[in-house]
Amino acid sequence: MPENAIHTAALRREFGRNVAVAGLNLVVLRGEVFGFLGPNGAGKTTSLKLLLGLVAPTSGGGTVLGAPLGNTEVRARIGFLPEHFRFHDCLNARELLYFHGRLLGLPARGLATRIEALLLRVGLDGAAHRPLRTYSKGMTQRAGLAQALLGSPELVFLDEPTSGLDPLGRLLVRDVIDELRAGGATVFLNSHLLGEVEATCDRVAFVKSGLVLHEMELGSAAGTLDVELRLGAADGALLEGLAAFGTGVTRDDTLVRMHANAESVLPELARWLVGRGVAIYELRCRRKTLEEWFVEVMGDDQRPG
Amino acid sequence: MRGTLLIARLTWLETRRRRIALAALVCGLLFLAVFASAMYFGFRHVAAQEGPVDAVGMRVAATVLTVAGLYVVNFLVTAVAILLPIDSLSGEIGSGVIQTLASKPVDRAAIVVGKWLAYLAMTAAYLALMGGGVVLSMRWFADYQAPAVLGPMALMLLGAAVMLSITIAGGVRLSTITNGIVAFGFYGVAFIAGWMEQILSLFGNSTARHVGTIVSLLSPADAMWRRAAYELQPVTAVILQAGPFGVVSVPSAAMIAWAAAFVVGVLAFAAWQFRGRPL
Repeated sequence: MPENAIHTAALRREFGRNVAVAGLNLVVLRGEVFGFLGPNGAGKTTSLKLLLGLVAPTSGGGTVLGAPLGNTEVRARIGFLPEHFRFHDCLNARELLYFHGRLLGLPARGLATRIEALLLRVGLDGAAHRPLRTYSKGMTQRAGLAQALLGSPELVFLDEPTSGLDPLGRLLVRDVIDELRAGGATVFLNSHLLGEVEATCDRVAFVKSGLVLHEMELGSAAGTLDVELRLGAADGALLEGLAAFGTGVTRDDTLVRMHANAESVLPELARWLVGRGVAIYELRCRRKTLEEWFVEVMGDDQRPG
Repeated sequence: MRGTLLIARLTWLETRRRRIALAALVCGLLFLAVFASAMYFGFRHVAAQEGPVDAVGMRVAATVLTVAGLYVVNFLVTAVAILLPIDSLSGEIGSGVIQTLASKPVDRAAIVVGKWLAYLAMTAAYLALMGGGVVLSMRWFADYQAPAVLGPMALMLLGAAVMLSITIAGGVRLSTITNGIVAFGFYGVAFIAGWMEQILSLFGNSTARHVGTIVSLLSPADAMWRRAAYELQPVTAVILQAGPFGVVSVPSAAMIAWAAAFVVGVLAFAAWQFRGRPL
């Protein structure tokens, strides 16, 4: 079984003169929850469609679950919730799931049980007999989520899954993602709700114009910390010594700022300073929020105003 | 094959739920009610008249009315074959419905062929109802039996299948309204070329005949009607020469084969185009 759930090399798609995805190099590991972040028009949805085979690349290529992009059979192992899920609105949720299940190749036998379980899971069991045209946006999205989970997929693409969902619906999506992770599935999450991404993803990539600008791990053990120290005295030699504990060391009189890679650096840093007889008046550390990262990576030009 | 049949089932179900089939059925029954009543009162009235009945005249009238009835049926069936699939692909592409379908382990060709199959079955059912109604009305009320029924009906279905395939193929790239304009345009060109061919052939105009044949090759739907009209008329009914019931220039068996090949070719083209279309 290949280690990577997704692998792309210089994946490019042009629409006429418009370059939607410039050259996507991406690796998503099996079992991780991967966040794909970027501003509107960054090529996120086109990238996702390239991975799903809905759009063919102009150049470049890649694999999804070990199969080349555009492979038909592998789709039986993939779930997909589009940004605005729509289906024939004359069908009810049960019929919708039945057709999708059969299209996935699931045997008719046992499908009904699976459908009932999923309807219950997404909270549509009471409305499953009603045609989709009577559903609210959030209910339609829930039906779409059930559809994405139907084939017990190894890889699930969620394109802005919480759009149109109320807080309970958002919580449901978060729980479903956690369940998928626990079951060993890979989740590819397209979103610009950074709080949601921060709460669910193991790793994120920032994209702009279809290029990955930056990738980073999320979670408490990893990521960069902003460290601020107010010391009795700080000279050039001290700054050089501090550089061993982190990067970007700057000084403003007795205020020293630097970035550390992990929290475990902090006690060592304090011990080292005390050992040198430097008085510590303040030691503060703050993890950069994903929003700050986003603004930093995308540049100020992405900020309105 | 599993995918094709599932898409066909889904399309069938959708058409039924959207009450499209019901609307067609109601309008079709209305047409048949009017036609059958007219035949009943018309021919019973003549038969009840005293004195000698003009048997030849009656027979010619019955032939004309059968062909005229089926002419309207052919037009309605063609319209149904164009209207049923008109927003099927373009609409699903526009709404995004197609994304969840096309991301399933089903070849995109199955989506195209599945829809085509469902619409063909509906068109055939509609033709059977309407065409059968006309033929049976003539039999019951005018005591008239056309020399052939199944052959002409099959030809009418083939003509409708031509328009169905063109509309399905158009829906891959064109918007719904553009597709409708193109499909009816295709039909209109063949229609007028058919008339030109019939009427000008009466005067031995070979250029008109060639133009008609070339247009029929590009859009063979109307040629199938002309062949059907020819087969519907007894050889003795020579008065029906020009116009939509004309038998002056009869499309050949080769043209029928071409129409069948045209359907397959256009459908294959649609599947190929749809495979390469970004969704």
